[in-house]
Amino acid sequence: MKRSLAAVAAATLSLALLAGCGSGSSGSSNSDAIKLGVNYELSGPVATYGDASVQGIELAVEEINAAGGIDGKPIEIIKYDTKSEPAEATTLATKLMTQDDVITVIGPATSGSFKATIPVANQNHVPVVSGSATAEDVTVSNGQVQEYAFRTCFSDSFQGTAMANFAVKDLGAKTAVIIKDTSSDYAKGLAENFASTFEADGGTIVGEEGYVAGDTDFNAILTSIRSKDFDVIYLPGYYNEVGLIIKQARALGITAPILGGDGYESPTLLQLAGASALNDVYYTNHYSPLDTENVKVTEFIDSFKKKYNSEPSAFSALGYDTAYFVADAISRSGAELTGNAVKDAMASTTDFQGVTGNFGIDANHDPEKAALVIGLTDGVPTSAVKAA
Amino acid sequence: MDQVLQQLINGLSLGSIYALIALGYTMVYGIIQLINFAHGDVYMVGAYVGYVCMAHLHLDFFISLIVAMAACVALGVIIERVAYKPLRNSTRIAVLITAIGVSLLLEYTMMYFAGAAVRTYPALPAFMSGSYNFGGVTVTALQLIIIAISVILMIALQFIVRRTRLGKAMRAVSQDRDAARLMGISVDNTISFTFALGSALAGAAGVLVGVYYNSINPLMGILPGLKAFVAAVLGGIGLIPGALIGGYLIGTTEVIVSGVGFSTYRDAAVFAILIIVLIVKPSGLLGKNVREKV
Repeated sequence: MKRSLAAVAAATLSLALLAGCGSGSSGSSNSDAIKLGVNYELSGPVATYGDASVQGIELAVEEINAAGGIDGKPIEIIKYDTKSEPAEATTLATKLMTQDDVITVIGPATSGSFKATIPVANQNHVPVVSGSATAEDVTVSNGQVQEYAFRTCFSDSFQGTAMANFAVKDLGAKTAVIIKDTSSDYAKGLAENFASTFEADGGTIVGEEGYVAGDTDFNAILTSIRSKDFDVIYLPGYYNEVGLIIKQARALGITAPILGGDGYESPTLLQLAGASALNDVYYTNHYSPLDTENVKVTEFIDSFKKKYNSEPSAFSALGYDTAYFVADAISRSGAELTGNAVKDAMASTTDFQGVTGNFGIDANHDPEKAALVIGLTDGVPTSAVKAA
Repeated sequence: MDQVLQQLINGLSLGSIYALIALGYTMVYGIIQLINFAHGDVYMVGAYVGYVCMAHLHLDFFISLIVAMAACVALGVIIERVAYKPLRNSTRIAVLITAIGVSLLLEYTMMYFAGAAVRTYPALPAFMSGSYNFGGVTVTALQLIIIAISVILMIALQFIVRRTRLGKAMRAVSQDRDAARLMGISVDNTISFTFALGSALAGAAGVLVGVYYNSINPLMGILPGLKAFVAAVLGGIGLIPGALIGGYLIGTTEVIVSGVGFSTYRDAAVFAILIIVLIVKPSGLLGKNVREKV
């Protein structure tokens, strides 16, 4: 008898706890408010990406609510932490869609976790949007567009296309050599797209070399490149090896411009290569504070600094744009707020104006936007040019 | 022609590093028939000591080099006394496994304290960062410094082994440990001295790599350590001149393989050499075939 009483007590207690959880996360539920799910990596190995993205999202939502919300209705954020685990992301996306009844889920930041939430989105007819899932197969899987998945960043390999156009049109390059990290799909995708676009633009690839992440001595491949005749070097990869390659290339007397992707973005690049080697180095990225041609950038930096007292990163800018993109779609989706209507509004976006550029959504649910080519002088970014 | 000369310079500087590490392998093997797999990690610790000296204590490069060598001497002797000496009469496989354990201990202790991220050496003084052009062949000051320091250290090592009493004791212990003991040589001290010498060279190699590539991490010792082991086997393990020849041959091979366009296969090429040597001439290039006594 005693035992069963204890069991009942335990069951009641856990029920109470569960109920506590439910009401706790919904917060001060306002029947009028539009509920948005924010499902991001707030702890774990990639927490910096999640934290930066959420800062941008929260800033955007604060601004939208201060300006009267969407058609007079305020936005309410329900925020969960995926702990940087794809399985947790799936569970939380399901919870947001089925229990919290959100209209859209934003996040997670990384491609793997974002992809893990897409089947749930399609099943529950609630759109999911990511600002930084850049892998190739995110919104299209096996040739089929994922109906309820969208992103506001271009895919990795698009950077190769944009850089090839920049090399031909802005640098007047006719010949290029490629040095790629053969152990990374990211670098291989960039190199492939660079080569095909560069050749389509009338250029020639005169040589191709490979290395493996973790290598430190590149003198041999650089020496064999040095004897060739070329205008630019395309070097997609991550800063750890890229820094060493740039340093060794400049020491060997190779002065040609070196081009790359957003894997360059790290203070370690400057420490590895040294300021004097980082001249005539260009890389593509989503966002740059130097892009002052876009009036939204200065406004965004000002309000971000006011709220957080720090410089925004590309993740914050992408998160900020994603929140505005979602709000824009909701305002165009008509009177009845359903996931289906919001999805249709997102897919028909044509001219969204954001901090990371203006874009429309294409048939693959990817944004059609330009990349920014950032140029370094003595290791410091000094120019930002749009390239598509 | 320029191309060949340039690659030769690249091969010489890389080979010098391998040779310095290979010397430590070969000396230890020569004296206690142990393949000291922790040797590559002593080299890593040397690189970190040099980093602390140059980046945090703002010491001169040459002083940092000497401090790193001294620290590695201490580390090498401690490893020998703590990990290998108690196993002097155990099977060879027990000591070999202990060596792998020590290697992992050093790697992950360093990772715990210094973090896994790559660290960079501070900017170098002008005389070390320049480069010279000889008719199309570019030689950097660092490459010259690496080759020069390696050659000086190798000459010093030859002098110690050939001309000093300690060197004579080393050679005696490696020929016949029991007979050496009967002649009044302290075998334990001689073995410690051998570890000290080898570790000093590895420490020097670590600092040289740190300034040359400007990038160090706690696992940097694994691959160079294995390649230096291949170099020692190629030259004939246990033979000091063999380690030198092996080191330069492996360095040049790597550069040639990368230079002709197979850069992603260069590690494979080095280990293919190991397999071929072990099949064709296990005693190495300079080794004599000695029948083992049963």
